[in-house]
Amino acid sequence: MQEMRDDIFEKSAAQGWVLEPDCLQLLAAAGLDVPRHRLAASAAEAVAFAEATGYPVVAKVVSPLVVHKTEVRGVVTGLGDAGALTRTFERLAAVEGSVGVLVEETVTGVELIVGAKHDEQFGPVVLLGIGGTGVELYKDTVIGMAPLAAADVPAMLDGLRGRRLLDGFRGAEPVNREALAALLLGFSGFVLGLGDRFESIDCNPVLCNGHRAVVADARIMLAATTGTKQK
Amino acid sequence: MDIASLLHPKKMAVIGVSRSNDLHPANVIFVKNQLRYPVQVFPVNPKGGELLGERIYRSVGEIEGPVDLALVAVRAEQVEAVLEDCIAAGVGGAVVISGGFAESGEAGLQERIVRRARQANFPFIGPNCLGIYSPGLLDTFFLPSERMVRPEAGNVALVSQSGGFLVDMLVKFAEEGVGLRLGVSIGNKALIRETDFLRHLAEDPATAVIAFYVEGFGSGEGREFVLAARDCGKPVVILKAGTTPGGSRAVASHTASLAGDYAVFSGVMAQHGVVEARDEYEFIAFCEALSCYHGAPSGGLRLGIVSGSGGHGALAVDACSRQGLEVPVFDETTRAAIRARLSPSIQGIAGLGNPIDLTGSALEEDFVAAVEAMGALDGIDALLVLLLPYLPGISADLSARLSRLARRIGKPLFAYVPHIEKFRMLMEGFELNNVPVSSSIDGAVRMARAIARCRPCRK
Repeated sequence: MQEMRDDIFEKSAAQGWVLEPDCLQLLAAAGLDVPRHRLAASAAEAVAFAEATGYPVVAKVVSPLVVHKTEVRGVVTGLGDAGALTRTFERLAAVEGSVGVLVEETVTGVELIVGAKHDEQFGPVVLLGIGGTGVELYKDTVIGMAPLAAADVPAMLDGLRGRRLLDGFRGAEPVNREALAALLLGFSGFVLGLGDRFESIDCNPVLCNGHRAVVADARIMLAATTGTKQK
Repeated sequence: MDIASLLHPKKMAVIGVSRSNDLHPANVIFVKNQLRYPVQVFPVNPKGGELLGERIYRSVGEIEGPVDLALVAVRAEQVEAVLEDCIAAGVGGAVVISGGFAESGEAGLQERIVRRARQANFPFIGPNCLGIYSPGLLDTFFLPSERMVRPEAGNVALVSQSGGFLVDMLVKFAEEGVGLRLGVSIGNKALIRETDFLRHLAEDPATAVIAFYVEGFGSGEGREFVLAARDCGKPVVILKAGTTPGGSRAVASHTASLAGDYAVFSGVMAQHGVVEARDEYEFIAFCEALSCYHGAPSGGLRLGIVSGSGGHGALAVDACSRQGLEVPVFDETTRAAIRARLSPSIQGIAGLGNPIDLTGSALEEDFVAAVEAMGALDGIDALLVLLLPYLPGISADLSARLSRLARRIGKPLFAYVPHIEKFRMLMEGFELNNVPVSSSIDGAVRMARAIARCRPCRK
C-alpha cells in the first residue's frame, strides 16, 4: 500500500495532482468503496468492460492537462449501449493529453462530498457536505479534525442542514449510515496517513444509497514540492 | 512551563517605575498593588531613588528573597536585558506589558526573548499585554483602580488575546453578576499561550469554566488546544475574532474553498465539545450558565417554560426555535395535573401547553407549583422562568424560593428578570443562589443553549 502510494505520488508530482484512476486505486486500497472501473485504452476494451459490468456506464476523460473534467464535457453518464460508449470514447480519447478513458459502473444515490485539507492551525481536517455540482452553491458542510472518532460521525451527519436527504427524503430510500460512517472513518485514516504530502482532497460526488457509500470521483491536490514550504 | 508562580505571587517586582510620572503604567501598577492587594511589591528603576517614600531598587537582583513575579514595563529595546536580570536573580516569571514587538514588526526581537526564556525555563506572559487580574490577589492592569469595574470573585477564568476585550468583559461580568476566578490578557502570546493556561486551569480547583477570546492560533497550535480542551474535564467557552471569510483566493478544490479558516475552526471546536460563542452576548451568557451548571445532563435539552405573561412565553418559544432548543407541548393529562395544583382563581385562565402562562393574576404559590410540576416530568430537562416583578401576587422572595426548589429537583433553572434597580433583590435571589439570570428573554434562552452545547463534564 505504502509503496504503491509513493509510486503514485511520485509520478503525479509534476502535474501537482493525482489522476482519478490513481485516486480510486489509493482509496480502494484504504478500504473505501469505489465503482468498478477500467481505464480503457481502446473503445473495444471499454465496451468489453461495460458488457461484463452491465450498461449503463459512465465514461470520463483522464488527462494530466484536465483538472476540471466538466469544463471539457469530460464526464458522460448514462451510456446505455456499445454505440454510445464507442462514440464517447472516441471524443474523450481525443482530448489533449488523454491517457485513456475511464469507464465506470453506474451508481445512484444521494450526492455528498467528502474532502480533506491540511489546515495550518489544526492539521488534517475532514469535510462532509451535501455535494455534487451544487456543493459550492449550498455550502452545507460540516468539518471535523482527523482522526475522526466513531462518535464524531453521527454528530457530523446531524450537523448538515440537508440531513433529511440522508433519511429518505420524499420516498427515496434512506442511505446506509453504517456504510457512510465506515467511508468517513476509512477516509480519515487515509488522510492522516498522508501527513502533509497533500494540500486538499475532493471525493465528489460520494454516492450513498441503501446499500453502499461509493467514492464516484476523487482528486488529490498534492502539497507543493518538499523543501519549498507553502504559505 | 509552570505558570503557577505567576498567578499566586508573594513578591512582585515592578520594573520601570518612573520617579516623576504618576501615570506611567509601572507606577499605576505599583500603587494599586501596594494599596489594595496582599502581594508585596518592589519598585525597580536603574536610577534608584524613592517612589512615594519607598526605596526604588536599582535592579531586581537587589530585592531580598525570592521574587515570584516581575512586572516589566520598560521600552521594548530594554526588555531583553531586564529579562536577563530576572533570570539571573532567579525570578519565577514575568508579565511583559511593553509593546513594540511582533505587533509592530519587531518579530526578531520577540523571537530572541522567547528563545532565551525557553532556554532558561523562564515563563513570561505577553509582550504587549495587560497581564493578570486575580480578584483579591493581584492586578497588573495599568488602569487606575478607580477606573476599573471589578466583578466579584468566582469560578470563571478568562484568557484573552486582547486586553481591551478583557477589560470590557470584567465590566459585563460585574453587571451580570458573573464571578471571576482570573482574567489574563496574553497579548502577543509569544511564549505562554492559551493551551498553557488551559492545562493549568484544568487542575485549578477554584476554576469551573475556562473561557477564551482568541484572534488566531499558530501553526498546529489549534490542534494542541482542542485536544487539551477535550480532555480537560471542564466547560471551555471560546469567542473568535476574524470569522468573516477573507478575500478568497482562487482554489483548485471544493474542499479548500468550503473549508475556510473559520469554518474549520468552528467545526473543530464543536467536534471537541468546546462551546463556541458567536458574539460577546453569547460569550457572557455561556460563561454565566456554565459557571452554574457544568454541561448538559444528556444529549438534547427540552425546556419547560413558565411565565406570568403570554407574550413573554411566546417570545421565549420563538427564541428557543431560533436557537434550536425544544419546547415540547404538554398533553392533556399533564395539563390537567398541573391545572389541579394552581390557585382556583387562575385555573380557568392559565395556559398550560408549555409555555405555561400563569397570567397576571398568578400568585407566588402558582409559580412554585408550576416549576415543581414541570421539574417532575421525564420529558423536561431544564426549566425557564420568565419573572415579571410587577405582578401583584408575588413577593421578593420568589426567586430565592424557586432557586432552592430547582436545586432540590436537580434540573437546571434559567431565569429572565428585567433589570430594574428597585427589583434587584429578585435578580439576586437567582444570581446568588446559583441560577443564571438574564435581563432579556433571548439572553435567558442563550444561557440554556450553552448547557445543550457543552459536552458533559466531570464535576
